[in-house]
Amino acid sequence: MEITGTTVDLNEEGFLTDRSQWNRDVAAELAKEEGIELTDEHWKVLEFIESDYAEKNAVPGMRRMNKVGGIPTKDLYRLFPNGPIKKAARIGGFPKPASCV
Amino acid sequence: MKKVLILGAGTAGTIMANTLSRKAGKDWAITIIDQAEEHYYQPGFLFMPFGVYTEKDVVKPRKKFLPSRAVYRQAKLDRIIPEENKVLLEGGEEEAYDILIIGTGCDIAPDEVEGLTGSDWGTRSHDFYTFEGARRLAAAMKDWQGGRLVINIAEMPIKCPVAPLEFAFLADWHLTQRGLRDKTEIVYVTPLSGAFTKPIASAILSHLLEEKNIKVEQDFAIGSVDNEGHKIVSWDEREIGYDLLVSVPTNMGNPLIDRSGMGDELNFVPTNRDTLQAKAAENIFVLGDATDLPTSKAGSVAHFQAEVLTANILSYMKGEEMEERFDGHANCFIESGYGKGFLLDFNYEQEPVPGHFPFPHVGPFGLLSETRINHLGKLAFKYVYWHMLLKGYPIPFVDHRMSYLGKKVPKASA
Repeated sequence: MEITGTTVDLNEEGFLTDRSQWNRDVAAELAKEEGIELTDEHWKVLEFIESDYAEKNAVPGMRRMNKVGGIPTKDLYRLFPNGPIKKAARIGGFPKPASCV
Repeated sequence: MKKVLILGAGTAGTIMANTLSRKAGKDWAITIIDQAEEHYYQPGFLFMPFGVYTEKDVVKPRKKFLPSRAVYRQAKLDRIIPEENKVLLEGGEEEAYDILIIGTGCDIAPDEVEGLTGSDWGTRSHDFYTFEGARRLAAAMKDWQGGRLVINIAEMPIKCPVAPLEFAFLADWHLTQRGLRDKTEIVYVTPLSGAFTKPIASAILSHLLEEKNIKVEQDFAIGSVDNEGHKIVSWDEREIGYDLLVSVPTNMGNPLIDRSGMGDELNFVPTNRDTLQAKAAENIFVLGDATDLPTSKAGSVAHFQAEVLTANILSYMKGEEMEERFDGHANCFIESGYGKGFLLDFNYEQEPVPGHFPFPHVGPFGLLSETRINHLGKLAFKYVYWHMLLKGYPIPFVDHRMSYLGKKVPKASA
């Protein structure tokens, strides 16, 4: 995929394969594909995922978003309709959240 | 005299008490604490609603399975104070330790879903992860005359992630035998994007659900239960009505972990995935359902972990390097009804794949294939559990390290 002149590698499910290729323009473009216009509220979610990912090396689940990130489930569904965690992870350039075992 | 203190006398704690009693030096005392007198064979709960197992198959006194060398205390736990190497009991008493083993498991937390413990709870909606729940569900199944039977997983992770699927398969079989299957719609409602967590197994099991005419509603994150309308409602406002709801509520670690400030958002204890040491302190170890590790919460896992942990704790006691490593090995039978079953064998790295187990080409068990002997293996497991597993004896031919022998690993997933 071409975004603002640079190439971004996506896997067959549309997730970035190399996060070093990610930047805010890439996020905006991926969001547009999902029909989402990124606002400060969206960025708050993406930034929490980023800091939590750095610590845990995993995309946080819903409950962690609520409890640690302080973001209510209702808001997540409003911001990223139909599968908020998956969508936020994709837009943020993270791998598809691994389902638990 | 130094002391190992074990919290929880379930599968994990009981095995550790037994192995350490046989192997730890005489200068070590062993104490194990649990609040309940009974030991439950939890895999048996699944069979109670279908009348396959009765109550006496699944409950026995704890003491029978604990070694004489270990001191057993029946008490409620208040909190762990890692900085002071002690555990407070309810009522103010305390137990000091040199080594602490946490085996406090996990339990359902139905209050976590709005409305789940409302007026339908215990009448139209039930769980089968507790003895009481399975008993009530058995009564509800007995009275069942048809309608919509909804099986719902609230959120992951859950103990024994294949159990809800097994419930669906067994319900299909059981209701067919009673002539009620034509009058029953079975709906499997899951927060996952498929039947199971791992892709190859998920594809095979999805196909089986379809064959058995069990409807699947996926990516369903339950937000609330409408007790008046008898509906479950997702966060994205999908509604599914039920005549009988079989719920697998949120699973959480023991509240003690929260009180001790040692848990993650689900009260699971952050644990080193290789050594099974708690991240909080070097003299605290964790195994079984209490850990936050990315493997199944299952008895087989507790058993494999116990082998690793026993070796590591013996090293730790002698001040030596801990050399054993846990690889995430899990081994799970899946009942699929009609006297047949599947077997899954996997670890942190390798998802379940088809093949033979434990011997290549020979089996006798078939991996990810539906066979009669897998079902017999599952039933035999009850005997193995009470007589060998809890005692901490190795299972013949099955190592704590997952074996690739007999597994047909597709190139792309290897």
